[in-house]
Amino acid sequence: MKLYIRATGNISPQKTFGHPAFLTQPVEHFGNRLNAVEPDYKSFIDVKQIRRMSRIIKMGVAAAMECLQEAGVEIPGAIVTGTAYGCLEDTGIFLTKIVEQHEELLAPTAFIQSTHNTVGAQIALLLHCNGYNNVFVHRGFSFESAMLDAMLLLKEGETDNVLVGGLDEITGISHAILTRFGLYKREPVANFDLFTRSSKGTIAGEGAAFFLLASQSSLNDYAQLDGLTSFYKPADIKETENHILSFLSIQSILPAEIDLVITGRNGNVKDDRVYDSLEQSVFKHIDSVNYKQLCGEYPTSVSFALWLAANILKSGTVPAILGYSGNKGNEIKKILIYHQAQNIHHSLLLISAC
Amino acid sequence: MNAPVFIAGVGAISAIGNNSAECLVALENEQPGMGEMVYLESLHSKTLPVAEVKLDNETLAQRLGLSAVISRTAMLSMMAAKEALENAGIPDLTAFRTGFISANTVGGMDRTEQFFAGFLADNKNGRLRDIVHHECGYITELVADSLGIRNYVSTISTACSSSANSIFYAARLIRNNILDVVIAGGTDALTKFTLNGFNTLMILDQEFCRPFDENRKGLNLGEGAGYVVLVSESVAAMLKSAPACKLSGYCNANDAYHQTASSPDGTGSFLAMKGALERSRLAADDIDYINLHGTGTQNNDIAEGTAIRRLFGPQYPKMSSTKSFTGHTLGASGGLEAVFSALAIREQIIYPNLRLQTPMKELPFIPEKGLIKNSGVKHVLSNSFGFGGNCSSLIFSKI
Repeated sequence: MKLYIRATGNISPQKTFGHPAFLTQPVEHFGNRLNAVEPDYKSFIDVKQIRRMSRIIKMGVAAAMECLQEAGVEIPGAIVTGTAYGCLEDTGIFLTKIVEQHEELLAPTAFIQSTHNTVGAQIALLLHCNGYNNVFVHRGFSFESAMLDAMLLLKEGETDNVLVGGLDEITGISHAILTRFGLYKREPVANFDLFTRSSKGTIAGEGAAFFLLASQSSLNDYAQLDGLTSFYKPADIKETENHILSFLSIQSILPAEIDLVITGRNGNVKDDRVYDSLEQSVFKHIDSVNYKQLCGEYPTSVSFALWLAANILKSGTVPAILGYSGNKGNEIKKILIYHQAQNIHHSLLLISAC
Repeated sequence: MNAPVFIAGVGAISAIGNNSAECLVALENEQPGMGEMVYLESLHSKTLPVAEVKLDNETLAQRLGLSAVISRTAMLSMMAAKEALENAGIPDLTAFRTGFISANTVGGMDRTEQFFAGFLADNKNGRLRDIVHHECGYITELVADSLGIRNYVSTISTACSSSANSIFYAARLIRNNILDVVIAGGTDALTKFTLNGFNTLMILDQEFCRPFDENRKGLNLGEGAGYVVLVSESVAAMLKSAPACKLSGYCNANDAYHQTASSPDGTGSFLAMKGALERSRLAADDIDYINLHGTGTQNNDIAEGTAIRRLFGPQYPKMSSTKSFTGHTLGASGGLEAVFSALAIREQIIYPNLRLQTPMKELPFIPEKGLIKNSGVKHVLSNSFGFGGNCSSLIFSKI
């Protein structure tokens, strides 16, 4: 059964919202924190509601609305979101108040908006969408699980379209804590220099990317969604290679038939070793590009990679900023996204030109 | 896509017992688990009763053979998931594609709270080992790793319906031939975060909760974990003892009315129950027992009751809310109540709805006040409705 990516909506550290020219004006960030370029939300959300919403809610709702507008779909058949961290800003606010006010005289708003299903629920509420609504919160599998759920809903014939999104936010608190865990680069770095020197740590990112997946072609889709798989804590690189080869074999393609691999390299020498190794084996002789210099590292960043892949296929161009060295250009018809986080969460997504 | 999915094992821990057998005894003997706070430290310890699991963190760690205390959420999950797996008695788990789908609402928040006071004073303070398991998904992985499950691991968080959705998703992964065996359910430990959160909403009863009573004043928070082991038909055929029930229906719908309140006519609840009936190809009068969401808040019980009247009237199945025993265990409630539903079928009993004195005026039915034995129950509907309008219903059927 064929599935299609009919529309997208993306708020990220790049100018991606409102479907501007495809990454022709890359945004350079300095330091190890890439904040999203946020739009004026007024055209998507009621002003009174904007004031109450945290950043992740606004980003999620606006990206979802843009996606539905592009699809020409008023109410989707189902809404599935993936977020590893959930609504960190409101969680931090409520925790802070509990400590500072010693559990007294607390206001409910931050608590109400702290639950992981807030964004999915807000979208349903704004659209009056009574359909299936689910939220996956599993670290580096959050978006992948949401995608699998959406794909199964379409295959089961429960509905003919599903709104699916991946989203996470950086807050002052989360950045301070994750910095203490040693996740980010200590030296000053510009995002576009992420891969020019090898050092420890990566750069933090955030974003909200939504997709309308459909079981019927609209004749104007971004791409066809061929398959998705994920695997957890492979014992060694051999097992990783076997998972990749078996996925390709289930998809009935040879590695040589992949025109482009989009990898989840994040500039941390330790994390990138897996990719180094695979480029000497299963991905040898296949062109590859990276994407985290654009959006930074966050658990649901594969949603940004899917947006990137879908746009490459639809536009027939690879943006110059990706440093693509191959010569296929508009001949790129099949893209494999391969992502791994800390060698724990691995995922593969295969999409093709329509 | 319509292959049967069997319940091969159950595991539970809650305020009324440290395993499913103990929970069952308490349910039969009408012994609720609420009381004054013992393990959670809070300003509200004398005013708000809660339903705590009756084991401290050190004892839990010891029983699980852990060298150190980790998040209580993970330890409760490990207790119940291990029981479920042992109860299923699958001869060789490695022969199958096995998954662990769990649910929780605030991950390792109990430890994050310990980290946070120090961190707020100075962001170099607070022990990192207290916050390392903050993410919901990390809790699931601690348990999956302890069970040796690697084929598929995921976590769902849709507030109070979280673990009903994990069971639902697990069944679909089996029906789609992605997995053969899935341990699915959810866990949540009591935290200051949720206690204070629900307290700001003014929906916590200062007495023991009274679901579906005219004079109900709110819910009591509880904690625990509940898991069922779902297996495909071919795995079920290999088991020594045949499963007592199967998951025959499920549906997820959204109320799309308000972030925390249910619509007056219970649209989401109605759609979830109706969808689950359609999926199971059962008629409303085939349902023998409804394990109500029944939190004891003004809003939930009237919305749920109204939806039941609309869908079932004028002939009503037996009903009760086991939250009158366990309190509302949030991300664990769908899992725990799935276990209770499966046990109701196995034991042929229907649980009482405790402390029901004055039935709700608006409703034409009254939940059961006492235990019913030899109930002849064949089909059980279990409701889980949550914040964000996330409503899910599951149907368990006798084999």
